[in-house]
Amino acid sequence: MASVTPLKTAAELSLLAQAEGSKSVRQNSFARYAAKGLPHRRVEAYHYTDIRALLKDAPAPAQKAGVAPTHFAFNEIDACVITLIDGQLTAVPTNPLAGVSMNISDEVPDDGLAARSVFPSDGDPIIALNAAFVHRTLRIVIDAGCAIEKPVLLRCITAGAVSAYSRVVVEVANGASMTLIECHECASGGLTNSVVEIAAGDDVSVEHIRVNLGDESATVLTSFGGRIGARSALTSGNFVTGGALSRHQVFLRFEGEGATATISGAALLKDRQQADTTLVVDHSVPECVSREHFAHVLDGEATGVFQGKIIVRPHAQKTDGKMMSRAVLLADGATMNNKPELEIFADDVQCGHGATVGALDDDLLFYLRARGLPKPEAEALMLQAFVGEALEMIAHDGMRERLEWLSETWLKARG
Amino acid sequence: MLEIRNLHVAIEDGSKKILNGLDLTIHNGEVAAIMGPNGSGKSTLSYVIAGKPDYEILDGEILLDGENLLEMEADARAAAGVFLAFQYPLEIPGVATMTFLKAAMNAQSRARGEGELKTPDFMRRVKLGAEKLGIPQEMLRRGLNVGFSGGEKKRMEILQMALLEPSIGILDETDSGLDIDALKIVSEGVNALRSADRSFLVITHYQRLLNYIVPDTVHVMSKGRIVKTGGKELALELEANGYADYVSDVAA
Amino acid sequence: MVAVKETVEQVKELDVDQYKYGFSTDLEVDKAPKGLSEDIVRFISAKKGEPEWMLEWRLDAYRRWLTMTEPNWARVHYPKIDFNDSYYYAAPKKNAAPKTLDEVDPAILDAYKKLGIPLREQEILAGVQTSKVAVDAVFDSVSVVTTFKEELKKAGVIFCSISEAIKEHPELVRKYLGSVVPVTDNYYATLNCAVFTDGSFVYIPEGVRCPMELSTYFRINEKNTGQFERTLIIAEKGSYVSYLEGCTAPQRDENQLHAAVVELVTMDDAEIKYSTVQNWYPGDADGKGGIYNFVTKRGDCRGANSKISWTQVETGSAITWKYPSCILRGDNSRGEFYSIAVSNGMQQVDSGTKMIHLGKNTTSRIISKGISAGRSQNTYRGQVSAHRKASNARNFTNCDSLLIGEQCGAHTVPYLESKNASAVFEHEATTSKISEEQMFYCRQRGLSAEEATALIVNGFVKDVLQQLPMEFAVEAQKLISISLEGSVG
Repeated sequence: MASVTPLKTAAELSLLAQAEGSKSVRQNSFARYAAKGLPHRRVEAYHYTDIRALLKDAPAPAQKAGVAPTHFAFNEIDACVITLIDGQLTAVPTNPLAGVSMNISDEVPDDGLAARSVFPSDGDPIIALNAAFVHRTLRIVIDAGCAIEKPVLLRCITAGAVSAYSRVVVEVANGASMTLIECHECASGGLTNSVVEIAAGDDVSVEHIRVNLGDESATVLTSFGGRIGARSALTSGNFVTGGALSRHQVFLRFEGEGATATISGAALLKDRQQADTTLVVDHSVPECVSREHFAHVLDGEATGVFQGKIIVRPHAQKTDGKMMSRAVLLADGATMNNKPELEIFADDVQCGHGATVGALDDDLLFYLRARGLPKPEAEALMLQAFVGEALEMIAHDGMRERLEWLSETWLKARG
Repeated sequence: MLEIRNLHVAIEDGSKKILNGLDLTIHNGEVAAIMGPNGSGKSTLSYVIAGKPDYEILDGEILLDGENLLEMEADARAAAGVFLAFQYPLEIPGVATMTFLKAAMNAQSRARGEGELKTPDFMRRVKLGAEKLGIPQEMLRRGLNVGFSGGEKKRMEILQMALLEPSIGILDETDSGLDIDALKIVSEGVNALRSADRSFLVITHYQRLLNYIVPDTVHVMSKGRIVKTGGKELALELEANGYADYVSDVAA
Repeated sequence: MVAVKETVEQVKELDVDQYKYGFSTDLEVDKAPKGLSEDIVRFISAKKGEPEWMLEWRLDAYRRWLTMTEPNWARVHYPKIDFNDSYYYAAPKKNAAPKTLDEVDPAILDAYKKLGIPLREQEILAGVQTSKVAVDAVFDSVSVVTTFKEELKKAGVIFCSISEAIKEHPELVRKYLGSVVPVTDNYYATLNCAVFTDGSFVYIPEGVRCPMELSTYFRINEKNTGQFERTLIIAEKGSYVSYLEGCTAPQRDENQLHAAVVELVTMDDAEIKYSTVQNWYPGDADGKGGIYNFVTKRGDCRGANSKISWTQVETGSAITWKYPSCILRGDNSRGEFYSIAVSNGMQQVDSGTKMIHLGKNTTSRIISKGISAGRSQNTYRGQVSAHRKASNARNFTNCDSLLIGEQCGAHTVPYLESKNASAVFEHEATTSKISEEQMFYCRQRGLSAEEATALIVNGFVKDVLQQLPMEFAVEAQKLISISLEGSVG
């Protein structure tokens, strides 16, 4: 095929108009996006999620914050809640928690070119767009040695058919621990583009949880970058039931020896929803351990995408990396695309991945029905266990139980 | 004859010294037992004699019939007559046991400048040896040690020793993980190999094995040295009183 | 391990360079002018005495090729290829259409003898080989001889060069050529359509079990000459054939291009077993020279209950870009891919398969064993997909990598795509090295480091070696060990 420059899509034209009509847009970052435009299936990292084809339009950023929905799925979680509506960041708690400080910063957001950036240096278009359009950065600092019991919960709301850009940077100093939850609620026709960066020092323990409960016609694009210091433990979980299009990108890099990363994800999708998790775990130093487990339950004409890459750099000896992706297709219209990758440049390593796609085990289903369970219940029970394998990697008890309850609700609603 | 003189050994990265001036002589036809508490350096001694690369020899010498073993690679030592029955035999997936046995036997005969075995002779010897140790033919077709039970692995070590006919057989905790029946079979296998020109070094934590393989000499090892040498009755004494006396003796 | 000792001895006999097929043969050759153009395509077609339809097909491909770009998704790096800096046709002069073996240039026969490929039927019959193998010998751009043709003819089997088939069996060639790998499938395949010079053609009629193994032996001899071979195998209803392919090239400092296309078609209940031992010159230890091997191989299980099985042992080439694939169109059809890819020195391998499940109850199995040593990069890339209608499709993939030394790379890039709820795919991949403990255990039993490595590696690849015909398996085993020479210290 000859390489031709395709015509710009409606969404691309909207983005261009938005960038030209605003003084606050960072043109350098926008140029990094514009050089390639919205990513499509010929771009390897977006092979299964053709944003150019899927994104019908890019609504304009909100001029002022809309109204938050009254219902919130995580009301019962005892947390320090920060609500971001339509990406508008005006005030943060002055004394949120002991050992935690927060401020609103005008710093230039990282689009992959910052020093020690974990984001792709050749420019991920979603992150570049975020860097171009986001107003301000919320910076959270956890002091050295502080164990923050109460999670920090970012309630990110896109309240209408607008684009909302947000950027949160968390620094966890040596020996500290914390839990960060980002919950995305995006209204019909809305577009969320959020980036969270965590820089974990040495001997740190951090848990990060991303939840997408957006409307079924929303677009939720989130990126998470993590740098992990020596002997630190980072856990990151993702839970998706919402969005017409959901893409969660995770970029992790080990920067000190003896650290551990535990990454999990569960997606329950129906109708024509599509959810993508794209993960890069970069073992750049020796003796680190990574574990990944992802579960997809796909009903109707839904599409699940998992792309996971474990990179072991030269000299990152004694790396131990294991990745698993499992999917259950509940209907013939559903699709699962899996691409688990290993990229290994050191010999003394233990690395492996597994991927399965299939239906529920007929024998087990029969066994449960023979014990008197009606088919839907038996299926729900098996699916609950299937999703549970991923959810049990989430350490925060309250969140894990709540997410289990949400998946149970989803399975019951399926009938 | 195996002679070990003033052997000082540390782990390769130099972090920890394990053998501290060990002396030991085993004459042809002698069965010597080494007993000692965990961490006294018994397994290290067996690895150092066999030539495992992870150790640094700080001082001393090991001679087998006058030849300096320390100057040889592990395979040259094997050809010279050293056989180590591993405490934890390794698995080699995809390599049939039979294939492995033949490769090892031929490599050793070649190194000694002898002709290779003819296949029918080889088969006969393996079959005979396997029968004596109660090793089914089917096991010989499987990958080496892959999916073998603990007892099966130990029997396979003894079969290898029988086939390779070493001048010194070192048994490293061969009794660990064996039930009484397996222990008897393995011991009978070893006893059948005793001869005037073959010696054994039996490393064990418990006296039990020595009821079946009766030693000529018993050495007590502690903190990387031989601290007491006696006859087979020494093993019984250790069984009754434990190692405490010897360990504290040295400490004092 | 019969091969272990032999291998180690062979390795010792070899000098610094372990490639033993690196000799070249001096011959008078008939060459096309250097470069690539419509005139060259016409030149090739005229040399072959092809009918008009074939020339038109080639020209169409050439014109399409001019509009295409080289694929860049594979994990291989090489300087831009100047397609005008190569010869596209080279044929030994004395070999103008030999009728019998006696007319073949003795220098060519000698070359094949040196390679261990017997071409004289009486030699084969008198030889130690237990089973008969019919050989099509392709030397640079032409097939020099095909053995056992008469005997095969009695069974109804057609085994000849593709050039001959175009003339003698145009109806079959027109029906099937390009029907599995479309003309515009990919850059290299399209180039092949335009300039392919020779290759093998096999036709197994309905219900016939081919009475012997068929094989083609490819040899690149001329300098700066690309080899573009084309193979087409058709297995009619209920037939069976086992086909072997071998290849070598002289040791030269320049890179040479090899871009082959292989198409297989199986009708109802038919089976094709296709085995390759690829040993093109890999370049020297610093990456100078070697073959660029860009190959498109695809099988179409067109009929119900049909089966295509690919087995490959890849030890050669500077660059390997190769994905023998199966289109599982017929219900209950089965595809298999068994692969051993060994890379050493500066070699780059990007190889794997595609299993495209279209029909109901289709099954596929992939076993891939990659061994990287030296400073090489070895990538498995495989796609398994189930179409909406592929109910009860099944795939099992196992892909293991072994790294020898700390300067090489082993990569795994699988694509699993399912659109059918009753399809079940399982994929597993592991990466490991030969453990120091395993090594010590073997050496304690008297094996040298080289012997121990050969033994452990042979154990690692055993599942795949078992899929090869006996004589090939022994050869392959030796080859793997030789390829790894110098990788253990």
